[in-house]
Amino acid sequence: MSLGRLLPFIGFALIVALLVFGLRWNRTHDMNWVPSPLINKPAPEFTLPLLYDSTKSVSRKELLGKPWLLNVFGSWCVTCQDEHPVLMTYAKKFGVQLIGLNWKDDPDAAKRWLAQFGNPYDTILVDTDGKAGIDFGVYGAPETFLVDGQGVVRYKHIGNLTPESIARELDPAIARLRTERP
Amino acid sequence: MKRIVLIVVVLLAGLHAAFAIDPLPFKDRAEEVRFQKLTRQLRCLVCQNQDLADSDADLAKDLRRQVFQMMQEGKTDDQIKQYLVSRYNDFVLYDPPLHAGTWLLWFGPFAFLALGAAVVVTILRKRTRQPLAAVDSEEDW
Amino acid sequence: MLPELGQFALILALLLAAVQCTLPIWGAWRGNPALIGVARPAVAGQAVFVVLAFGILTWAFLTQDFSVAYVAQNSNLSLPWYYRFPAVWGAHEGSLLLWILILNIWTVAVAAFSRHLPEALMARVLGVLGFISCGFLLFTILTSNPFLRHLPALPDGSDLNPILQDPGLIMHPPMLYTGYVGFSVAFAFAIAALLGGELDVAWVRWARPWTNVAWAFLTLGITLGSWWAYYVLGWGGWWFWDPVENASFMPWLVGTALIHSQAVTEKRGSFRAWTLLLSIFAFSLSLLGTFLVRSGVLTSVHAFASDPRRGIFILVFLGIVVGGSLLIYALRAPKVAGGKAFRLLSRETLLLVNNLMFVCAAAMVLLGTLYPIIGDMLGVGRISVGPPYFGFVFPLLMLPVVLLIPFGPFFRWAMADWGAAWRSLRPALILALAATIAAALVFPHAPLRALMGVAATFWVGAGIVAYALRRWREAPAGRRYTPEMLGMILAHFGLAVFLAGVLITGATSVERDLGFASNQTQQVGGLDFRFTGVARVKGPNYLADQGTIEVRDGDRLVTTLHPQKRQYSGQQMQSIAAIRGGVFRDIYVALGDPLGNDAWGVRIYVKPFVRWIWAGGLFMLFGGLTAAADRRFRAKRAEADAVAPAAVPAQVSA
Repeated sequence: MSLGRLLPFIGFALIVALLVFGLRWNRTHDMNWVPSPLINKPAPEFTLPLLYDSTKSVSRKELLGKPWLLNVFGSWCVTCQDEHPVLMTYAKKFGVQLIGLNWKDDPDAAKRWLAQFGNPYDTILVDTDGKAGIDFGVYGAPETFLVDGQGVVRYKHIGNLTPESIARELDPAIARLRTERP
Repeated sequence: MKRIVLIVVVLLAGLHAAFAIDPLPFKDRAEEVRFQKLTRQLRCLVCQNQDLADSDADLAKDLRRQVFQMMQEGKTDDQIKQYLVSRYNDFVLYDPPLHAGTWLLWFGPFAFLALGAAVVVTILRKRTRQPLAAVDSEEDW
Repeated sequence: MLPELGQFALILALLLAAVQCTLPIWGAWRGNPALIGVARPAVAGQAVFVVLAFGILTWAFLTQDFSVAYVAQNSNLSLPWYYRFPAVWGAHEGSLLLWILILNIWTVAVAAFSRHLPEALMARVLGVLGFISCGFLLFTILTSNPFLRHLPALPDGSDLNPILQDPGLIMHPPMLYTGYVGFSVAFAFAIAALLGGELDVAWVRWARPWTNVAWAFLTLGITLGSWWAYYVLGWGGWWFWDPVENASFMPWLVGTALIHSQAVTEKRGSFRAWTLLLSIFAFSLSLLGTFLVRSGVLTSVHAFASDPRRGIFILVFLGIVVGGSLLIYALRAPKVAGGKAFRLLSRETLLLVNNLMFVCAAAMVLLGTLYPIIGDMLGVGRISVGPPYFGFVFPLLMLPVVLLIPFGPFFRWAMADWGAAWRSLRPALILALAATIAAALVFPHAPLRALMGVAATFWVGAGIVAYALRRWREAPAGRRYTPEMLGMILAHFGLAVFLAGVLITGATSVERDLGFASNQTQQVGGLDFRFTGVARVKGPNYLADQGTIEVRDGDRLVTTLHPQKRQYSGQQMQSIAAIRGGVFRDIYVALGDPLGNDAWGVRIYVKPFVRWIWAGGLFMLFGGLTAAADRRFRAKRAEADAVAPAAVPAQVSA
């Protein structure tokens, strides 16, 4: 049995190994998960009006100095309803500002939704046409970004936050920020 | 996590779908063709393997509009692609960029071909040295 | 009651398949005629129970038995009766049962037409087919049981996916599976030959007709799938290099190499190792395709709802079947290259190059299809591989094939007469160049790809016509157009037609998204399109907005088209394009969204020569079936020799 004769078998074994990897990867990852290229890069510039006072707006510059969380949501978003109670519970526990981004939504519908389910956010910005969302690389709701005091994106969570994912990823990320500066 | 895709699908079902058909005010035919070519090279992120041109998803429509706007602003194809890649990663390109991670993809087939050609040449060398049997012309037909 | 009988039938089928794959092979090994004789009855018995199970599932759909979960998931009360039948294979469980049914049909056919085979070979072939059936039945019973109940029975089901509510669903999967699954026969013959240590190549002659038929049906299945995607999906595309499409294309590529390699092995005794390996690869790729489509490892618009658990099972089965056969190959493949010698310029060399190019192409498609997983593994993030990649590399790899294909029939076995071949083909080359120059003059703005398409089409087309003419003039009477050669001529001609379609449509199609106000006319592709408005229309299980578009060429009304946007009862929306097909041009219109003020968005395509793509596929289908009909394959060797006329002594020079 020469090597030449075994070559097809070896080639096949490699393909099977790849597929086994693929299956295991599939179990632990969302196939539609796209890693964000913004990690450790400056958050995009934006100036967006507030939900509850459209005459006022907030821009990236004004948020420098302290870390903040950006949570992308919409009243049309079913999974956001799952995430909402978690946010209500943890909003104050994060220790950083929680800013909501009302994404591709109708502001009145959003207000009604918040009135019904509660408002965990310190501030809510409105992005009706989704332009700011595109700059942040948002492709679905809910998504959550952690931005540090220098305006650099440090962490992005895709999908709804759960107590497990908060404990496993978000809280450590926030803690890391604290150790970097006094 | 799979819920995100579900959201988009639920959203589509409730509204009038067929967002993919989106008349835009092109300057001329050349611009329209360029737009079509470009959107065929970009991926719809929330779809199960569709390009930006054919996707009905809301996000796809937004991105198409964004591409159109950037074309109007005079940006080149590369600039537009770079804009999207810096926000959404290489995943948004259907034409895999050539970097260390895609060498295998782009050069692999040709390396395989070269290897195969070497095998074939070896075979031919051996076989064509052997004495020919009497040719039975009957077999040609 | 009946669904439980269906489950029971599957279990009985499994038991018989287990018998079929063990006893006859053992019998062949031990030379025990009694055990060998178990093969055919086991095949018959298994088939009976599989047909029964399939029939029961079909009955459940026809009688709309929503207590069966699978029926409830894939049909509802308003589903028209003619779609209840193909709804059986509308989703994973049912399509798997279809797979098994078709495998059984092939097996029964092989068993029925196997009287002329040596008993030991027959036993092994049927045994291998039984093993495959075993695996799929086990998979179905354990992970994908279509007979599971949902009690209490739902009053109504969810709907069959609207995209599947179309005649294409009736034809495409069964034809595709017939091809896919049919390669299991070539596989079984190859394994049987390896197990039996066959030194002669008679088994290839018997395997050829089965392989040609399988290849023909796979060609038809892919052609139908492409055609269906074109008119159902509303995007005017006919091939997307989607993982599921690639899963059917890879076996086709290897299958094409296989049918040619089989010819060499049968006639000249050469390339035995290639033929064995290609037989194994073709079916392996069919199995791999089954895995890719159902395991969720790759994202695709076509994929069935995925379940990694199912993926594991198929992968294990794949490992056993393919790994096992490659091990058998390593142990028992012929050690010395056999067959009659040949020179560098010969048909053998051309077919060897053919083997190489098609295998490379299949490997490239595999690489591109699996690359997202490789990208994950390498940690480079998610990589998308799509038409820009495949559409670039594939034509490059096929270019040598297109250039060499006319030489194939003109090159003799063992030693080609290059001068004669060149003289025969020179007219074809001149014609190709002339046609290309003419096209460039008549259409000065034609893109390079279109011109290359003209050149390739004429080169391949004229080349095969030249060969057909030569056979007419010079072949011995009665052997002018043997089925095998006629099949080859048809298939190669089909390739020319296909090339014309692909390259011309690709380069000259026009697509435009336009907003139309009421009674507005706009021009696309040299035609005038007048939009006269949208009306509400009711169908059996849907409500639709129907647009009316009049298409004029100058003053002449070419056609009136009615694209629709349908809202089905299950809340799913679907755009139904309106197509005016023609031999030389398709006009294709899809309705978009209302733009306000009675204006609507409309997408218009004008696609010249697009139907030639599928016409080419049909030529190849008929070519494959014709070639399989050659009696040489069925009669025993001595008989075939007696029937053939006496050899022409002097070689007629061209």
